[in-house]
Amino acid sequence: MSEVLATLRVNRALGPVVEGEAVVSQEGFSPRYDLDRWSGVISKPGHKLEGTNIRDKICFFPTAKGGIAAGWAFFDIKHKGIAPKAFVFGVTNPVMVQGAVFAGITITEGWSEPPASCIRTGDWVRVDPARKVIEVLRRSS
Amino acid sequence: MRLTAEEQDMLDGKQGETVREAIAYQRQVGEFWGAERFVPITNAHMMGDIEVMGDGGLGFLRGACEKRAHCRIPITTNARCFDFAFAGKLGQDPSEAEKEKAIIRTLQDMNVITTDTCINYQTVYQPHLGEHVAWGDTGTVIYANSVFGARSNFEGGPAALAAAITGRTPEYGFHLDKHRKGTLVVRLEARLDDLADWGAVGKIVGEKHQNYYAVPVFASVKRTPLADELKHLGAALASYGSMAMFHMVGVTPEAPTLEVALGGNRPVDEIVITDADIERVYASYDLKDRSCNLVVFSGPQLSLIEFKLLAEKFAGRKVHPGTQVFVTTFSGVKNAADRLGYLKTIEDAGVTVLEGVCFYILQNLSEMRVKNGWTNMISNSAKIVNIIGAHRFNTILRRTQDCVDIACTGVIK
Repeated sequence: MSEVLATLRVNRALGPVVEGEAVVSQEGFSPRYDLDRWSGVISKPGHKLEGTNIRDKICFFPTAKGGIAAGWAFFDIKHKGIAPKAFVFGVTNPVMVQGAVFAGITITEGWSEPPASCIRTGDWVRVDPARKVIEVLRRSS
Repeated sequence: MRLTAEEQDMLDGKQGETVREAIAYQRQVGEFWGAERFVPITNAHMMGDIEVMGDGGLGFLRGACEKRAHCRIPITTNARCFDFAFAGKLGQDPSEAEKEKAIIRTLQDMNVITTDTCINYQTVYQPHLGEHVAWGDTGTVIYANSVFGARSNFEGGPAALAAAITGRTPEYGFHLDKHRKGTLVVRLEARLDDLADWGAVGKIVGEKHQNYYAVPVFASVKRTPLADELKHLGAALASYGSMAMFHMVGVTPEAPTLEVALGGNRPVDEIVITDADIERVYASYDLKDRSCNLVVFSGPQLSLIEFKLLAEKFAGRKVHPGTQVFVTTFSGVKNAADRLGYLKTIEDAGVTVLEGVCFYILQNLSEMRVKNGWTNMISNSAKIVNIIGAHRFNTILRRTQDCVDIACTGVIK
């Protein structure tokens, strides 16, 4: 088992254990407002992650924006093979959870400290919903 | 979650496979949010169109239909991504149009009423104080909670459909008294003469407090707001702030006074909104190349009264050559507008009126933008100005009369 370099605790979590590369956003997220749902790239002009592909990533967003679309949109991007492995929200809304559960994408809400304090974009992290922890396993080079 | 005997039967598959799948899914969502039980609902409203569902979603629906999924309470559909009469003119994909038709047929087979409107609360069903429903989109939910005093969370398409199949929804969020109390106070000192002004208020408050459980209480309202004004306020709060409820003292049913609306909560913020704040919103938009070839009245669909007032503004005028103007509305509103002559007035000016859709969810919109050389999208809807970003429009909010003038002159100030 990999050595754990840092741990973030979350308040609520659901889904399978997943590992992947972290993308840490300072801006909230909506699949409708911000994401090109045909490529997996954040496409909204001016979004702090504009141009970032979220496929297979562990995505950290402080807030959820909108929106009813996530209910189907997460299932759609999973079906297209461009979904992230997990959504980690500071605060989220029910539709993000409904969508993630429907699509089988791991989702969490609430964190013990802002992720940017211990996780950087590019770090390799593990999300363990049953233990309600996110662990940093490898730093980006 | 504690289940009733009937709910346990559902979970055990005694009411069929699709009911078992639906309630198992709902229970997972409920447990995430700490729900202790389900609550019966009377009405559901769902989003379900090919633009957001994709082939995966259509496949899911077909599978559910083959397994004889059946909605046990009335459920209506939100705006969709095709007005089939205009699909060719808009350059939309014929194969996707066929999929959209398949979705409509499949939903109807499952006992869904395909109304295709995001203003169900103005046109189809008005739940009463305390009535539990399972609605989406967000504009419908915030209107139901705030103006009617009904109780709903944001319910995405699969969640609303599951709720209609089981006749219940997990009791969390805005089904519970504790989340319905105000958390911040907003004093409205601005004049707020136009729908866009109310949307601007929603933008100011929503951007500052992006939190599903934030509940603004509007105080010091200068006059009785109209239903369409509350609609634009709510849609913008939900869009910018992901909010599902607001109170307005002396206006909405759970806010006879500021104290009752707050329910003992100490407000986390007090905001004052003046005319200068509203003007700052309008001044904040980058006009880019100053192109004015796209003006949109949509998001939410127009009520009959909005439609009539807009027709009066366009009467005797012509849309500027090279500019395209779109209105979207509910089929029933378009029918009535046709009968009453408003439709002819607005179409004679050169405006395209689409029914059953909302502009921002139109299939093929990104390609449409490129093909038509649209850079700027100008609208009186603060919601659509916010929501359409992924299609890479530069968006500009303007008052209704300004939008009409821009549409007819091709000049933006």
